[in-house]
Amino acid sequence: MELVLALSVGVLFGSGLWLILRPRSFQLITGLLLMSYAVNLFIFAMGRLSVNKAPITPSANVDPAQFADPLPQALVLTAIVIGFATTALYLVMMIGARGLSGSDHVDGEEPKP
Amino acid sequence: MSVLPWMQHLVIVPVLLPLIVGALLIPVNQSRHSLKFALGLGSGLLLWLTSVALLLMADTGHWPAGIGVYLASNWVAPFGIALVVDRLSALMLVLTATIALAVLVFSARRWDRVGVSFHSLFQFMLMGLNGAFLTHDLFNLFVFFEVMLAASYGLVLHGYNLRRIQAGMQYIAVNLVASLLFLIGVSLIYAASGTLNIADLAARVPALAPPDAWLLQLGAVILALAFLTKGAMWPLGFWLPTTYASASAPVGAMLVLMTKVGVYAVLRVWLSVFGEQAGALSAFGLEALAWGGMATLLFGAIGMLASQDGGRMAGFGAIMSSGTLLAVIGQSDGTVLTAGLYYLLGSTVAMAAFMLLIELTERIRPPGSALLALTMEAFAVEDKPEDPVGIGMPGTLAFLGLSFGICALVITGMPPLAGFVAKFSLFHALLGAAPGEVPASTWLFIVLVVTGGLAAIISLMRLGVRIFWASGVIKPPALQVTEAVSIGGLVAICLALTVQAGTVFDYLGRTTDGLLRNADYHQRVLGEPPVQRAPLQEGTR
Repeated sequence: MELVLALSVGVLFGSGLWLILRPRSFQLITGLLLMSYAVNLFIFAMGRLSVNKAPITPSANVDPAQFADPLPQALVLTAIVIGFATTALYLVMMIGARGLSGSDHVDGEEPKP
Repeated sequence: MSVLPWMQHLVIVPVLLPLIVGALLIPVNQSRHSLKFALGLGSGLLLWLTSVALLLMADTGHWPAGIGVYLASNWVAPFGIALVVDRLSALMLVLTATIALAVLVFSARRWDRVGVSFHSLFQFMLMGLNGAFLTHDLFNLFVFFEVMLAASYGLVLHGYNLRRIQAGMQYIAVNLVASLLFLIGVSLIYAASGTLNIADLAARVPALAPPDAWLLQLGAVILALAFLTKGAMWPLGFWLPTTYASASAPVGAMLVLMTKVGVYAVLRVWLSVFGEQAGALSAFGLEALAWGGMATLLFGAIGMLASQDGGRMAGFGAIMSSGTLLAVIGQSDGTVLTAGLYYLLGSTVAMAAFMLLIELTERIRPPGSALLALTMEAFAVEDKPEDPVGIGMPGTLAFLGLSFGICALVITGMPPLAGFVAKFSLFHALLGAAPGEVPASTWLFIVLVVTGGLAAIISLMRLGVRIFWASGVIKPPALQVTEAVSIGGLVAICLALTVQAGTVFDYLGRTTDGLLRNADYHQRVLGEPPVQRAPLQEGTR
C-alpha cells in the first residue's frame, strides 16, 4: 500500500508540475488541481498509513495504537475546502481574462512570434 | 493601566470584528457608499483601539512575561488553537490597523466605488492579517494566510482592467503553488514531531532523533519556501513588482503590509522553534536566510535602478526592505533584531504612504505625457515641447512634493528621518554584535545596505525630478481632503517615529528580549489553564 500511495502522489504531483509550466490557463488550472490532490494524499499519509482503524473513540482509556490519527484527516478536510475555494476563484479569473483579452494564454496575450 | 475582566477577550477581537463587519457589509447595497464606508471605518477604528489596548496590556505587565494567551473554545494548548499576544504581535496589530485606517480614509471618495465589495474584501483581508499575527498554531496560520490571500486576490483585481487581470493571473498562480508548499511543509513537520502548536513544537525539537529530525528540517525548509514567497525573497519574489505596479493604490499599500507577514512568520517560527533551546538544530538555516536576504537586497537595488514608473519602483523598494529584514533575522542577535524591527516600522509606513502618493502624482500629468517624459530621458532631448515658465506651485503640489520627499528620505535612509535612525542603529548593532573581529559577511551586508540606499536615492530622485520639475505641463492635481488626510497621517507617523525613536527603541528592546526567551513561551502557552466553569448550585438543574 505504501508503494501504491507513494507512486500515486508522485505521479499526480509530477503531472501537475509539468502542466503548470505549460502556457495555457486551462493546463495551468488542471495542473494546480492535480497538485492539490497529490498534496492532500500526502497530508493523509503523514498521519501514518493504517487499514480498518477508526479515527475517534467514544470511550477514554484505550490503546492509541488501535486507532488512526484523526488530525491529518481534519487537516485534509480543511485543505480540500480551502483549495476548492481558491481554485474556483482562479477559474472565475481565467474566464474574465479570456473575455477581456481574447486569449487563454497565462500572460493574458498571445506570445509574439 | 487598569484592566477590566472582560478585557481578556480583547485578544480574539482583531479576528472576530473584521469577520463580522465584512459579512455584514455583503448584503448592503453597493449604492449606499457612505453606510459601507462608515461601517468599514468604524471597524477600522475599533481595531486600532483594540490593538493599542493589547499593546499596552502586553507591555505593562498585565500578563506574566508579557505574553497573553487566549485558548480558543477553551481547549488546552497543544490540542486546541492558542492565540498569543506578545509585544511583537501587538506591535504588528497596531501597524496593520494604522495602515488600514489610512488606506480606508484614502479610498473613501474614489476607490471604494470603482468595484463591488471593496469594503467586505478589505475587512476579510484584515481578519487574515490579524489572525496570522495572533495565532500560535501552524495549521491555523495556513488558514489565516489563505483568508488573507483569498481577499487579496479579489482586491488585486479591484478596478478590473486587462493589466490587473494579467498581473493577477500570475499572482494567484504563484500563491496557489506556495500554499501547496505550505501544506507539504506543515504535514512534514506534523509527521516528524506530532504537533502543530509552535510552543509545543519548540519543546519537542531537542528530543528528536535523526530520521525524524531530518524530516523536520525538510518540512521547515519547505515551509520557509512558502513564507519567503510571500516575503519576496530572491529568487521567489519575481511576481511582486508587476503585481504592485498594476494594483490600485490602496491595495498596493496593503500589499506592502502583506510581504511583511511572510517576514513575520519566518521570524516567529524560526526564533521559537530553532532558538537556543533546540540543541543540534539550533540556528538551523539562519545562514541561508542571511545570504538570501542579501541577494534579495541586491536584486531589489538593481530592479529599483532599472524601473521607470513609480509602482514598480515601490515594488522593488518593498523587496529591498524584505531583503534587509531577512538578512537581519539571519544574524540572530538581539540588538540587531531590535534595529531591524524599527526599520520594519519605518519602511512599512513610508512605503505604504509612497504607494498612495504615486497614484496622486500620476494625476499631475495629463495622460500620454508620461511616455513623452520617458522617451525624452532615454534620448536626452534638450528642448521641451512646452515651456512650464509662469506656472506657480499650487498648494496641493507643494503638499505632494513635501510628502514625496519625506517618504523618499525614510525609504532611502537619509538623515534626519526614521530611515537613517534605523540604518544607523542597525550598523551600530552589527558592528557591536560580535566581539573582536567583524566577519566579512557582516561587512558585505553593510555595504549592500548602503549601496541599496544609494540606488534608492538615485531612482527616487529621478522619479521626483520627472514628476515635479520636468513634467512639462503641470496641472495642479485634484486632491480630495480624505486623500490628503490619509497621506498626511502616514507622513506624520514617520516623523513621530523619528522624534520618539528613544521610546520606540525601548519598546522594541523589550520585544526582542521577550522573543529570545523561549522558555517563557513554552511555559505560558502550554501552562495556560482552561477557564473553569463555576459549579452549578444544587437544585438549579
